[in-house]
Amino acid sequence: MTISTRGAGRAPAVLVLEDGRSFRGRAYGAVGETFGEAVFSTGMTGYQETLTDPSYHRQVVVMTAPHVGNTGVNDEDPESKQIWVAGYVVRDPARTPSNWRSRRSLDEELVSQGIVGISGVDTRALTRHLRERGAMRVGIFSGNAVQDEGILLAKVRQAPEMSGADLSAEVATKEAYVVPAVGTRKFTVAAIDLGIKGMTPRRLAERGIEVHVLPATATLDEVYAVEPDGVFFSNGPGDPSTADHPVALMRGVLERGTPLFGICFGNQILGRALGFGTYKLKYGHRGINQPVQDRTTGKVEVTAHNHGFAVDAPLDKVSDTEFGRAEVSHVCLNDQVVEGLQLLDRPAFSVQYHPEAAAGPHDAAYLFDRFVSLMEGQRA
Amino acid sequence: MPKRSDIQSVLVIGSGPIVIGQAAEFDYSGTQACRVLKAEGLRVVLVNSNPATIMTDPEIADATYVEPITPEFVEKIIAKERPDALLPTLGGQTALNTAISMHENGVLEKYGVELIGANVEAINKGEDRDLFKGVVAAVKAKIGYGESARSVICHTMDDVIAGVDTLGGYPVVVRPSFTMGGAGSGFAHDEEELRRIAGQGLTLSPTTEVLLEESILGWKEYELELMRDKNDNVVVVCSIENFDPMGVHTGDSITVAPSMTLTDREYQRLRDIGIAIIREVGVDTGGCNIQFAIDPADGRIIVIEMNPRVSRSSALASKATGFPIAKIAAKLAVGYTLDEIPNDITEKTPASFEPTLDYVVVKAPRFAFEKFPSADSTLTTTMKSVGEAMAIGRNFTEALQKALRSLEKKGSQFAFTGDPGDKAELLAEAVRPTDGRINTVMQAIRAGATQEEVFDSTRIDPWFVDQLFLIKEIADELASAERLDPELLAEAKRHGFSDAQIGEIRGLREDVVREVRHALGIRPVYKTVDTCAAEFAANTPYFYSSYDEESEVAPRTKPAVIILGSGPNRIGQGIEFDYSCVHASFALSDAGYETVMVNCNPETVSTDYDTSDRLYFEPLTLEDVLEIVHAETLAGPIAGVIVQLGGQTPLGLAQALKDNGVPVVGTSPEAIHAAEDRGAFGRVLAEAGLPAPKHGTATTFAEAKAIADEIGYPVLVRPSYVLGGRGMEIVYDEARLASYIAESTEISPTRPVLVDRFLDDAIEIDVDALYDGTELYLGGVMEHIEEAGIHSGDSACALPPITLGGYDIKRLRASTEGIAKGVGVRGLINIQFALSGDILYVLEANPRASRTVPFTSKATAVPLAKAAARISLGATVAELREEGLLPKHGDGGTLPLDAPISVKEAVMPWSRFRDIHGRGVDTVLGPEMRSTGEVMGIDAAFGTAYAKSQAGAYGPLPTKGRAFISVANRDKRSMIFPARELVAHGFELMATSGTAEVLKRNGINATVVRKQSEGEGPNGEKTIVQLIHDGQVDLIVNTPYGTGGRLDGYEIRTAAVARSVPCLTTVQALAAAVQGIDALNHGGVGVRSLQEHAEHLTAARD
Repeated sequence: MTISTRGAGRAPAVLVLEDGRSFRGRAYGAVGETFGEAVFSTGMTGYQETLTDPSYHRQVVVMTAPHVGNTGVNDEDPESKQIWVAGYVVRDPARTPSNWRSRRSLDEELVSQGIVGISGVDTRALTRHLRERGAMRVGIFSGNAVQDEGILLAKVRQAPEMSGADLSAEVATKEAYVVPAVGTRKFTVAAIDLGIKGMTPRRLAERGIEVHVLPATATLDEVYAVEPDGVFFSNGPGDPSTADHPVALMRGVLERGTPLFGICFGNQILGRALGFGTYKLKYGHRGINQPVQDRTTGKVEVTAHNHGFAVDAPLDKVSDTEFGRAEVSHVCLNDQVVEGLQLLDRPAFSVQYHPEAAAGPHDAAYLFDRFVSLMEGQRA
Repeated sequence: MPKRSDIQSVLVIGSGPIVIGQAAEFDYSGTQACRVLKAEGLRVVLVNSNPATIMTDPEIADATYVEPITPEFVEKIIAKERPDALLPTLGGQTALNTAISMHENGVLEKYGVELIGANVEAINKGEDRDLFKGVVAAVKAKIGYGESARSVICHTMDDVIAGVDTLGGYPVVVRPSFTMGGAGSGFAHDEEELRRIAGQGLTLSPTTEVLLEESILGWKEYELELMRDKNDNVVVVCSIENFDPMGVHTGDSITVAPSMTLTDREYQRLRDIGIAIIREVGVDTGGCNIQFAIDPADGRIIVIEMNPRVSRSSALASKATGFPIAKIAAKLAVGYTLDEIPNDITEKTPASFEPTLDYVVVKAPRFAFEKFPSADSTLTTTMKSVGEAMAIGRNFTEALQKALRSLEKKGSQFAFTGDPGDKAELLAEAVRPTDGRINTVMQAIRAGATQEEVFDSTRIDPWFVDQLFLIKEIADELASAERLDPELLAEAKRHGFSDAQIGEIRGLREDVVREVRHALGIRPVYKTVDTCAAEFAANTPYFYSSYDEESEVAPRTKPAVIILGSGPNRIGQGIEFDYSCVHASFALSDAGYETVMVNCNPETVSTDYDTSDRLYFEPLTLEDVLEIVHAETLAGPIAGVIVQLGGQTPLGLAQALKDNGVPVVGTSPEAIHAAEDRGAFGRVLAEAGLPAPKHGTATTFAEAKAIADEIGYPVLVRPSYVLGGRGMEIVYDEARLASYIAESTEISPTRPVLVDRFLDDAIEIDVDALYDGTELYLGGVMEHIEEAGIHSGDSACALPPITLGGYDIKRLRASTEGIAKGVGVRGLINIQFALSGDILYVLEANPRASRTVPFTSKATAVPLAKAAARISLGATVAELREEGLLPKHGDGGTLPLDAPISVKEAVMPWSRFRDIHGRGVDTVLGPEMRSTGEVMGIDAAFGTAYAKSQAGAYGPLPTKGRAFISVANRDKRSMIFPARELVAHGFELMATSGTAEVLKRNGINATVVRKQSEGEGPNGEKTIVQLIHDGQVDLIVNTPYGTGGRLDGYEIRTAAVARSVPCLTTVQALAAAVQGIDALNHGGVGVRSLQEHAEHLTAARD
């Protein structure tokens, strides 16, 4: 085995997992220490989108693709105003970015946003470890933060766990704002920001929807104050079992029968609103190559995922819920995890993955059209 | 929805002989497809004329027809087998074209055969340039992206000048309409050039029309591999980025997977376009490959082309990702959908996903320009490479350096010592894409070029350029470091430096570097190619090395045999060796061993993860092999390493492996030396009392002259220590001997020239045999059709021998046994003999599997390579006879009288090469091997078998028409009888004056035609070259003159290649062709499967 701790003038760094395994490497981005839940992402493109996805709040992201930073950083691709990952683990960071849209290097961007990372790590070994042992807490220490590993391990074990974490409010907008419809406005949608990605309102707006993005703390009255044709529940970080306020809010929307669409965290909230449980996956789905079957058509779409929790709903039957019959509409073919829910008697559906796909393939974009159809149907 | 129930039998068309642009990858794809279809319970009927393929092994299909892939022969097979369906997408362009013509001539309809995998409309939409432009335009209308290169049609010079502006300025491409082979096209960089080229183009074009197209030279180039099923599920299996920008054929480019310099938005845009195209074209089930160009300045995307079939790139993508495209294409063709097919590697997840890589793959092309010295070595959009190597690393630098050393060619690796040369000159040289441009770029960097300068001269993406700078910086550190500390050494290894490279930089021997490295505990680990970046557990041990932290090689209990493959295909070492390695793997697996394959050639069956128990996709250098042996030693017991099946590459490692304590099984390194070293081999022959042609070695002209004077001209001269007859020449007089020595650059006291007596008019014979230390099994005796002096790889041959009698076979057997015993062979040996004046000379012996093993095995229905592998591990011929792997009685020397005759014919790559003036290269055969592949014709009689071999290699022999004959003086006698036969078959003869005179005196009428040098006659009589170009000639016989006459007939032969007219360059080939024409004219040429032949042979043996 070979561990390289050299690097172009980079400070030494160490990554310590809560079960005691550690990896040595060199500092990447900001120098210092950071903690979070270690998760791996298998996308080969789209690091800028990943870094700025609020769902990664408090997570230390391990990139399985070895080369990161090749296309630099541009001003168009971020999914939010800041980098949200708690830490970043890569193998071979780019020295010279190359892309006609690149404005600066990723290293510079990480430094300027104070994101502590580590490079030169055997990311495949780390990924295999997380696959076998499950997502767990981790710390990255570089420069002066590097100390005796026993001390570092104790620090990691003091960091908060992801289970039970209520994080939406930390990442969501504090003030409501409006994303205007592209072209003629056909519908108005209230989008509850639980950690929304920038591409989602864009995908809605492209379809003639005026999107009123509301804080995670929005009340039912505030939602209906915008006179929405539909209500949208976004993605976001944290444990869905703690999301009592959004669940209550969604139940209010369901009672009124307003067309409803949820993505990711929004899917878990719909699950809870319907009375299903949620659970933590061993190591989650994070990547842009996941096969999901739309059970209504039998077709398979390749989709972008970022979720550590899932809904526990029966795959083989229609369930009776407080809001009428519900069924699992989408399922991940890799592991049969519930990837979508729909109500059969009310205009509501959700998916666990990311049809807005930034980063990722555009196969699932039809779901936004489905939402539009629901709103059209309600009008008719 | 499961598989279709209305298809019970499928005809699969293979790709035929290995040619440039259509090579071993189709054996890999075809073998996978046939196995899948068979496993699905379908009756698989296969046609492929190439014997050197696993695909044509009798156990792969139910009925295997080694017959020419022409509509006529395929129709005969369809008539006999009546398959329900035809799968044409796995045999390259050959299969696709054959299927289309069978559709057009109504054969498929007549016999009710359904085309599966692709419909005719989709094939046409994908392949026809104009239709495809329409597809791209339709896609743009739907999704808003993707376009074809802009173009404008012009009829006057004013149109042309105005057209440049609409295309956005210079440079522009000028393409005259309706000219042959793109004549008159070119790049114009300014108005002066444009006026010249377009002016000429307007004149040349019969419709006074030129197409002006925007130039996309220097843009970034990408490929996507896609698959679609009948439910319209589409996945992108792999993205590939070309290191060399637009202008170089992707087969000749260094390519990288996955793409390295695209943002997700740009990548998804390519993906959206690709999916929209596969839908618009209508590839219902199966794969396709789409190529894109991207303007580095603003990201504009141009769709270049698509292939609606399995391709070279799809084989590469399969190996790069672990996603077996051909296998899945075959399943989709019989009705499955992607989500119904499991991912082989994870077993638990479905194939309806997109592989994600946590490593980098680099493919590098292997060229053979040294074989075609007059050919222009500039790389263009016409593919010229003959093979490729692929390497996998955890980063680009590691993969790149591994790929370059996998090429196994002098100078292919980066060199960091010595004077790099002048920066400006190097940068200027790097403008022209050539074999090894990347090395020129590295030297330019060493000479002080900046990243911008490198980009400006090459247009190689700055990210890649920076990676080259990174490599160079580490080399600098290695050179300047006071000592080789562990950190620096580890860093160098992580960026792919070999021990040899580090040794060269530090002034140390390679083995010293290795010792230091091992002492420091710096060793590679082995990671798994798993399609999913470790998200799921992988069950397929498909490994690559990396200098990283954690190894994934699992322990095992069964003893392992490590088989070393043959590396990148090259002329002289091709798919035949892969065939033998694969057979060894199968046989040893059956015998209870764990098989471990090592190879770096992505085109092959051996590097299919299904072939062996474990696959190491690694370079075949001493360092890389030693590390694998080490890793496998830690995993469990090792029974041995096999070096004798992969050609010269592993054979060359034998001694060093043994010296490092590696158990080499089979023929020992000492025995290999006894066969390869001239002195040692001379002693073996002397002891066995066998004659070799007189010979000597010389380091100066005086010495060479003395030897030649003693043994007499003509002599065969060649440098020592070369392969494939490189630099070998027959010298007829002293003057040429002097110039040969003067031109030869590789001569030195340690590398003398070998001078052998050349046996003029001798019959050359090839023997493949097995020897276990006591018993000899004569595998087969092949009689060459061309006389001695033409490289055995380029010569046609027949098995069983057509003119040798029982006495000759007896002598061959005794000689073979004497040599096998004297050398100490345990396994296969190949010996070349020459029979001259009743003396059987030994020309050379190779203590390894030869190029002819697959041919011999198929012709005699005995798996020689499997037997050799077993003998290497200790089995005896007697045991193998008992087991049934070898026949109970007799061998390849005692074939029954009614055994079928098999003819092997070589296929030459002439049409691929042009000299710098754009003229074709000469086609004369010689002692240096230049063929890329071979075909086999098999039938009851020689004439029919020969005719089939010609049809398979070059197109059918003509059965009537005009034959042109022009032969060297020494051939005039032997020409008379075959010429008379041609006349008897109704041919009209044409000849040059000398040949015509001889014919006339023998009572054969021939029209005298003008030589090229005589020019057109006073009354407009055309020269022979003009007649050939006009399509007035159906058969050409043109033998070159012995001395300095290489250029005589050059125009005739190149015209023949250009017009695809059969051209025979030896009188022996003429005699054989006459027998073939005779067979064709007597009609009733049938088809018979190898299984039927084998059944017949086995019955006759028992």
